[in-house]
Amino acid sequence: MKFGVVRFPGSCDEVDALLACRRFGEAELLWHKDPDLHGVDAVVIPGGFSYGDYLRAGAIARFAPVMEAVIEFARAGGPVLGICNGFQVLCESGLLPGALLPNRSLRFVCRQVEVVVENPDSPFTRACDSGERLSVPVKHETGRYYAPVVPEEQVVLRYAPGHNPNGSQDDIAGVCSAERNVLGLMPHPEHAVDPLTGSADGGRLFESLALAPPAAAVAPLTGANAPVR
Amino acid sequence: MRARVLIRPKEGILDPQGQAVEQALPALGFRGVSNVHVGRLIELDVEDLSQVPVMCERLLANPLIEDYEVMEAARHPNGGALR
Repeated sequence: MKFGVVRFPGSCDEVDALLACRRFGEAELLWHKDPDLHGVDAVVIPGGFSYGDYLRAGAIARFAPVMEAVIEFARAGGPVLGICNGFQVLCESGLLPGALLPNRSLRFVCRQVEVVVENPDSPFTRACDSGERLSVPVKHETGRYYAPVVPEEQVVLRYAPGHNPNGSQDDIAGVCSAERNVLGLMPHPEHAVDPLTGSADGGRLFESLALAPPAAAVAPLTGANAPVR
Repeated sequence: MRARVLIRPKEGILDPQGQAVEQALPALGFRGVSNVHVGRLIELDVEDLSQVPVMCERLLANPLIEDYEVMEAARHPNGGALR
């Protein structure tokens, strides 16, 4: 498994993401101007403040040259993980439903939270059990998830009761695409991969990605989602 | 021509900024204030005003969470020139 971690001007968690990926496979950085993905098997869009978060978080990053390749990769079924600012970028680019709004408190929130794995049937959570609780940090000011409709099977992670840090709708912490190959989440699994920092639970997501998919779980891709060969 | 775009949070979406301002005004003695919402104003010189709604849909606003309104604006007294 080779991970590619996108670096935009203003990204700040790409090195932690790179090191988290390297615990479970190979990984390299992709630059925002790269026209292709260097043949990686999975893409991570890290946290930070891409393009200064000007206008709206993620609004300008979605037009970066590398994002064209990421969108094509995702439409062909490739796994894409967006963390924090990466989640905002994926929502703005239309790969994920919904949008992220300023926290209900209007404050920047930085703390450890617990999230519950609601759906272990995704490339990002297949190493987890349903209902498993993961301790991971959040750090954001624009993390209140909103979507007019989210099918329950697309809610992959929920803040544990009492842990919702931002007023997210239905305590949603992480949501995936209808095809389940794109996941966005506000908590930072890449900051929780070593027990030295208090929790290694975040590693479960990278571990899941590095696992080969069980043959039976690979749904045939048809129509618009079929890979370009 | 000068275009003005007003961007507002969509009705029904919680607007904590508007709420914070609404709560601050009575503290200053202003009464009878309600329904405060905080949005964004974008002004731009364009050759074709009909392009602006397209810009709003693609970049200036997020139509899922924001409404926008496009109008022609009078030029700023300083002509919009950079200092």
